[in-house]
Amino acid sequence: MTKVEEIETLGTLNLSSVDLARKIRLDTLAMVHAAKASHVGSGMSITDILAVLYANTLRYRPEDPKHPARDRFIVSKGHAAAAVYACLANVGVLSQDDLATFGQQGSRLMTHVNHKVRGVELSTGSLGHGLPFGVGKALAGKRQGKDWRVYVLLSDGEMDEGSNWEALMFAAHARLDNLVAVIDYNKLQSLASTESTLGLEPLVDKLAAFNWNVIEVDGHDHDELRRAFYQANENKGRPTLILAHTVKGKGVSFMENSVAWHYKSPNDAELALAVREIEGNHA
Amino acid sequence: MRSAFIDELCTLAEEHPHIALMVGDLGYSVIEPFADRFPDRFFNSGVAEQNMAGMAAGMASEGYHVFTYSIANFPTFRCAEQIRNDIAYHQLPVTTVSVGGGLAYGALGYSHHAVQDYALLRCMPNMLIAAPGDPAEVRACLRYLVDNPQPSYLRLGKTGEPTFRSPDVALAPGAWLPLDPAEQDDGVRRAILTTGATLELAVKAKRESDAYAGHALFSLPLWGMESKPAQAAQCAEFDEIITVEDHLQDGGFSSWLLEALMAQGAAIPKIRSISLSPEVCGQVGSQAFLNRSGGLTFETQGA
Repeated sequence: MTKVEEIETLGTLNLSSVDLARKIRLDTLAMVHAAKASHVGSGMSITDILAVLYANTLRYRPEDPKHPARDRFIVSKGHAAAAVYACLANVGVLSQDDLATFGQQGSRLMTHVNHKVRGVELSTGSLGHGLPFGVGKALAGKRQGKDWRVYVLLSDGEMDEGSNWEALMFAAHARLDNLVAVIDYNKLQSLASTESTLGLEPLVDKLAAFNWNVIEVDGHDHDELRRAFYQANENKGRPTLILAHTVKGKGVSFMENSVAWHYKSPNDAELALAVREIEGNHA
Repeated sequence: MRSAFIDELCTLAEEHPHIALMVGDLGYSVIEPFADRFPDRFFNSGVAEQNMAGMAAGMASEGYHVFTYSIANFPTFRCAEQIRNDIAYHQLPVTTVSVGGGLAYGALGYSHHAVQDYALLRCMPNMLIAAPGDPAEVRACLRYLVDNPQPSYLRLGKTGEPTFRSPDVALAPGAWLPLDPAEQDDGVRRAILTTGATLELAVKAKRESDAYAGHALFSLPLWGMESKPAQAAQCAEFDEIITVEDHLQDGGFSSWLLEALMAQGAAIPKIRSISLSPEVCGQVGSQAFLNRSGGLTFETQGA
């Protein structure tokens, strides 16, 4: 492996993953409320994964988000854009002023992640695109002897897409141990539960049978997430898949486990209630 | 065209270490020279075109110029959204290569007939179409694409196409490339404009029929949305233009030319489109048989 330039990572962020998660949730709520946007539940679902990635895992430089030695993070579930932008703002890649433009006329911050926004690697929105793209990056990194790693965040519903299973096969075949995929397994998709829509189970067995290193975690437990990302880095010869059990709408009781909050945007009263819950939970 | 493609790609790959070839489990007896010489830059995605296109985009985002290779509609329609979103929208240097453009795989049936590919690819912003007319144009297209890396679609014929151009022919997007001048002048300025492997049909028509002696012959191997503005001035040189393509008229090359003229409010010369009728879809036979029965002929339409 070629030694790459050291890139400042851990310790540069003056924020714990828990504090980062709280800020992401508060900003996400404010953004979807202002933009009357959908997908708040999806954003809350991945918030803790984002927080642990950006506070403790990814190597990146906020002032230079395209730094060649950065770890590559691809958000395949592009509809969770509000949480991703909120995260990027709270780690110094974007500004709070940027967040205020979310979903507004002429803004770059469209409500699916957009590569024209600082810190975003790939525009997504159509599902099943992030993992093949990430596999290509990991393959390039391997062939070029690079030290950086590739992380791809997927939804559970998007595992219905055949392209993901093509990519799962290829990544294992090519022994891409520089690739980590995380499935946000909140078990709800667009109309109903994942099991009643197109059953994914036994998902761990399937992924293991595809010859991935599979780690199951509570996707809201920061210690478990940190441990899983660490184990992924130690693992050799196979790509790692972190199956993160999550709750859609996590942190706001009336949004949790509700398909409706895949679509609804909180009104003023709901926003106030939600903010109180998030602040209360973290008091 | 296949062998010219792989030969030129190998030559370019010697000079350009970022060139990679990714095949969708096709290319037997074609791609081996590249795979043998550049094993670190050769990939077989398996029969999985969506992943092939997505991976190619990912590799291209890390500095490679990736050529994805398969036949007919497999590297295009099967993974159209990956080309649209991951490659074209992100302006990544991936060249989608399809071998067997038009009806080259005649007897293999509709699944293997690439007669709607221009329509698909030319509606994508940032996408350059490369449809060479002979093996020399294949090499020239490749040199252009490597020098100007961008989302692109290289549509090849198959094998056995004659060579009309000199080896050092140079191309530019949107620029008609003259081959033969008009041999008669009756005061009406006439042109034949081909794209893709139909150049051979036009050369033959000019050789065999006096009806086309008054036509100057051009090919247009590089074109797309971005080269539309350059068309009006070139069309203005002629009173009558025959466009030729082995593609359905719908969404094809002649439609593109007309759109280009309309977009500029330019005077539209008399244009005749020699292209394929939808009736060819589902028919089986040799390429020549299918072209004729699909209406892609200079004979039946007269002059």
